[in-house]
Amino acid sequence: MSRRSPLQESKAVKWLLIGVAFLYIALILLLPLGTVFYEALRGGVATWMEAVTESNARSAITLTLLVAAIAVPLNVAFGLAAAWAITKHDFRFKPLLLTLIDLPFSVSPVVSGLIYVLLFGAQGWFGSTLQDRGIEIIFAVPGIVLATIFVTFPFVARELIPLMTEQGKSDEEAALSLGASGWQTFWHVTLPNIRWGLLYGVLLANARAMGEFGAVSVVSGHIRGETNTMPLHIEVLYNEYNFAAAFAVASLLAVLALVTLVLKSILEWRHRGAIAARGH
Amino acid sequence: MSIRVEEVSKRFSTYPALAGVSLEIVDGEFVALLGPSGSGKTTLLRIIAGLDFPDSGVIRFGDRDVTDDPAAKRGIGFVFQHYALFGHMSVARNIAFGLDILPRRARPARAEIEARVDELLKLVQLEGYGERYPAQLSGGQRQRVALARALARNPRFLLLDEPFGALDTKVRRELRDALRIIHDEIGLTSIFVTHDHEEAFALADRVAILNAGRIEQFAAPAEILERPASPFVTSFVA
Ligand SMILES: Nc1ncnc2c1ncn2[C@@H]1O[C@H](COP(=O)(O)OP(=O)(O)O)[C@@H](O)[C@H]1O
Ligand SMILES: [Mg+2]
Repeated sequence: MSRRSPLQESKAVKWLLIGVAFLYIALILLLPLGTVFYEALRGGVATWMEAVTESNARSAITLTLLVAAIAVPLNVAFGLAAAWAITKHDFRFKPLLLTLIDLPFSVSPVVSGLIYVLLFGAQGWFGSTLQDRGIEIIFAVPGIVLATIFVTFPFVARELIPLMTEQGKSDEEAALSLGASGWQTFWHVTLPNIRWGLLYGVLLANARAMGEFGAVSVVSGHIRGETNTMPLHIEVLYNEYNFAAAFAVASLLAVLALVTLVLKSILEWRHRGAIAARGH
Repeated sequence: MSIRVEEVSKRFSTYPALAGVSLEIVDGEFVALLGPSGSGKTTLLRIIAGLDFPDSGVIRFGDRDVTDDPAAKRGIGFVFQHYALFGHMSVARNIAFGLDILPRRARPARAEIEARVDELLKLVQLEGYGERYPAQLSGGQRQRVALARALARNPRFLLLDEPFGALDTKVRRELRDALRIIHDEIGLTSIFVTHDHEEAFALADRVAILNAGRIEQFAAPAEILERPASPFVTSFVA
């Protein structure tokens, strides 16, 4: 008599499903990604180098790195504070705070950008006040940073909240009962407990910060060599039918994303033991 | 030092977890809080520790009103049911934690801290385990580390919440005996929570029996067995 578990499909069905999944991934994910690299390098390495070192490209790369370097640390600080407040303390309005943290996930990035135009643009609420003082936000770097902060807002907090909920409060209470201050408890107990989750959140936030198009596009103004990030620069090149250069910069952006993905996998692989060994 | 609990009440949402509990524990005494699950034992212990705060009532250590003092200021040692050891620290660093975090001027020298760690490892019969990590220990060993850690700063009281609850019978008995010996050695006023009346009677000088947020009887084991104060006590210890 066969002893198949009731959940087990026949072998043929199983391989069919796995095959379909892989085919789907190849078609939807790998093929386009491969095309990017193929197109980028079709004209040879020299052409590629020229496209990514040309002055507008360099300024776009610098701007992208700068924006990520500002937005990511700010979101780490906020994400930590929010996750800590939500998981280690009881207060009213907790569900409200949770909903608000998710807001950037549910709002279209274009709308996120428009919010800042409405607030700080020339016709916006604070537009004339800012103009009088000579402060530029929209069509300038500060606007791009703000829009990026907005769209990457939930990543760190969302990564930490389930992790910290699962860990509970007893480690923190143990530290407090041993005489630790709130800050010491956070630094010596909470932070080491969440460090891999935190790093993971940082990687995700960073990937999004460097790749964001919609929100940044609305506030940037597309000033070449000044307010174009890498995704925006790629679009400009593409619209000019400069495909070789567009794909070259795109391949660089894709490499950044792949590096993030590899780092994430290494992290998960290296610390799977530590994660499994935490026996409580 | 003595502990006085005066008319302490605590509600979670609408349901009262403690409904006017009073208790006086004398210096050096070993007391068990005994009662069925949900009777308020943990809540009472946490309020004494300063990990929770009562809605009304007073907690005194000696003559001092400590009701509003946070846990860090109360000079207590607390042992959690699931150990709550710091997984990223070695056994030695776990035990030394309370000393390592002292401000520089109050902190003993490095060598003194290490000597204290060795002394405590010996007390809980874990000599040579200092470099291990909690994940490499059995449940009983982890609970011993938790006990050593709680004792490191010479607390005025030792509070234990179902310290043997997650352990199997044999380890339980060993650890129970070890705890009684340690208590008698250092004469520390101690309170432990349990839902097992045999454990409470075997270990404690006096047992407080809780039911639905109230104390039904607080007396020595022999007295409780001879003169149970209520039908609940009679049936619970039967
Ligand atoms: N943090 C909390 N939030 C809500 N209810 C709680 C909380 N802690 C305890 N309670 C409730 O208070 C009552 C007493 O709980 P507890 O002190 O943990 O009992 P015991 O330790 O005797 O099992 C229970 O009904 C429990 O559900
Ligand atoms: Mg309990």
